[in-house]
Amino acid sequence: MDLTALFGCLSVPACAVTQVSTGLIIGMLLFLVASGLSLIFGVLGVINFAHGAFYMLGAYFALAGYQLTGNFVVAMAAGAGGMALFGAIFERLFISRIYGRDVLMQLLLCYAFVLILDDMVKIIWGAEYQMMGMPQSFALPPMFIAGGPVPPYYLFMICASVTVGAILWIGIAKTRFGKLVRAAAHNPQMVGALGVNTSVLYASVFGIGSLLAGLAGALAAPVRTLTPGMGLSILIESFIVTVIGGMGSIVGAFVASLLIGLTRSFGSIGFPLFVDGAMFVMMGLVLILRPSGLFGRQV
Amino acid sequence: MGPGLIRDLGVGLVALVALLLIPGLTGSAALSDFLIYVAAYGLLAMSLNLLTGYTGLVSFGHAAYFASGAYSFGLLMQSGTVSIPVAFVLAVGFSALTALIVGAICVRLKEIYFAFLTLAFQMMFHSIILTWVSLTGGDQGLMGGIPRPAFWGIDLTSPRAFYTFCMIVFVICILLLRQIVQSPFGHTLRMIRDNPDRAVFLGVNAYRAKLLSFVLAGSVASVGGVLLALFASGAYPEFAYWTMSGQAIFMIMLGGSRVFLGPLLGAVLLQGLNHYVTGVTEHHGLVLGIVIVVAVLGLRRGLADFALDWREARRERAAAARPAAPSGGNA
Repeated sequence: MDLTALFGCLSVPACAVTQVSTGLIIGMLLFLVASGLSLIFGVLGVINFAHGAFYMLGAYFALAGYQLTGNFVVAMAAGAGGMALFGAIFERLFISRIYGRDVLMQLLLCYAFVLILDDMVKIIWGAEYQMMGMPQSFALPPMFIAGGPVPPYYLFMICASVTVGAILWIGIAKTRFGKLVRAAAHNPQMVGALGVNTSVLYASVFGIGSLLAGLAGALAAPVRTLTPGMGLSILIESFIVTVIGGMGSIVGAFVASLLIGLTRSFGSIGFPLFVDGAMFVMMGLVLILRPSGLFGRQV
Repeated sequence: MGPGLIRDLGVGLVALVALLLIPGLTGSAALSDFLIYVAAYGLLAMSLNLLTGYTGLVSFGHAAYFASGAYSFGLLMQSGTVSIPVAFVLAVGFSALTALIVGAICVRLKEIYFAFLTLAFQMMFHSIILTWVSLTGGDQGLMGGIPRPAFWGIDLTSPRAFYTFCMIVFVICILLLRQIVQSPFGHTLRMIRDNPDRAVFLGVNAYRAKLLSFVLAGSVASVGGVLLALFASGAYPEFAYWTMSGQAIFMIMLGGSRVFLGPLLGAVLLQGLNHYVTGVTEHHGLVLGIVIVVAVLGLRRGLADFALDWREARRERAAAARPAAPSGGNA
């Protein structure tokens, strides 16, 4: 524990800005992964334990796209689009067979794919750490905010995530497709009886959830080292985010992601060994005091 | 005294004799090591099934008690002031107390919320182990080995004696779990699982019953932790990591939760796959994953449950094939 270092950093604007920007990008990646997880759980009732592996695959798809073309936009499209397609096919082939089954069986199936996908990545890309490197268009000198250096890519990541979050929220709250999704979450039989092809709807919801994980992985690829198994910690953190924010609430996921991101970045200065502990303490407190989460509907 | 006590004791005794004869017959040290692993993990999975299968409480944080057994036993033995049996009892007692405190908070919650809260407690426990370096050794684990001083004329430093000790403890714990499951209390737990409202209407204090189940399960898990700590001569933070609880759940799901010994079968399967496949290929995750996918999509339930259903279906078919036999005397 080094709380003096923590307060020391907080009182110096430059240090505080650096830590806040780090916290924000951790939070934004978490938000994308957690909102995908939450969407899939809310509509399909499946806890996609393989969601962290999807994040990993998104990062590797982006890496492959970037290495092939050297184009950052292609890399993003490969990560997000590739995972959307992968997710939709995955839902049709495997997840659709286990709807309504024992939750633990669903968990077991998803866990099996964590093992399989991790090993597949190891076979295709190797077990070593991989770096994508900062794309040319973002290889700019850092901007200084209150004396603290902030890489321009961080700002891009934050803007991109907020935009995607807003599109998701509007898409679910305002569009016809969003209405169908909400209706299917509530009563799938009725939606099916009214002539909606629920199989396609389910596959597309799973695809959108996977797209969010893939996009997070692709956005993370330039600033993170890529390794098989990189999805595990973000998976656990997204569970924490979902619990703290409230299941099925996008706003809740956003607030909780920021909270966890900032805890992570400031905790690494003040209590590096107890960062995980602090996150789980928060999750425990929320579960005890308000089990439905900060923004979830009261149960 | 639950029903079928004599039969269970007999089965336990036969199993114990068989377990003790196996290494002698094959003369393989690797096999007895494997069986000790199975005993330790088997107790973890079997005790978790008391919660998951019989009480309907899915805990994601069960390995916390496994780890608390291992760490408290290791620390007590390293202090050099107590003998193995005393440390054993104290370690299990400490874990039971921890389970009582955590359980008192957790069992108020339902379903997924219960699962996540137990996970949160386990990870807090894990973080404390990592942070409290002076006591636990942090991420290095409890170093320096765990001494095995002789007690009651038993010297556990001999592999043969140690194996015998583990198997006896293991069989006693399984018999204990069997007694709990067969007792009126065990049937109360099933009722709480199937119909909690009805249980409450019948005057059952569901909170107390669930809490007792939580504490009993935690205590038995801690025995598994003690065995593994003794065997590995140390305790490691991985014991308290969530993947350990995850493994216990997978053992239950692979083996089956409706048959009493199902989780133990799962422990044998998972440990066997781990041991065997790692020796053959470096891609053991791929192989294990494919086996699980086939099991989930093909069998659709644990192996023991599958066998149970298959036997019942066959019996029904046989009954249907038989021409209308005299059906008792009340026709």
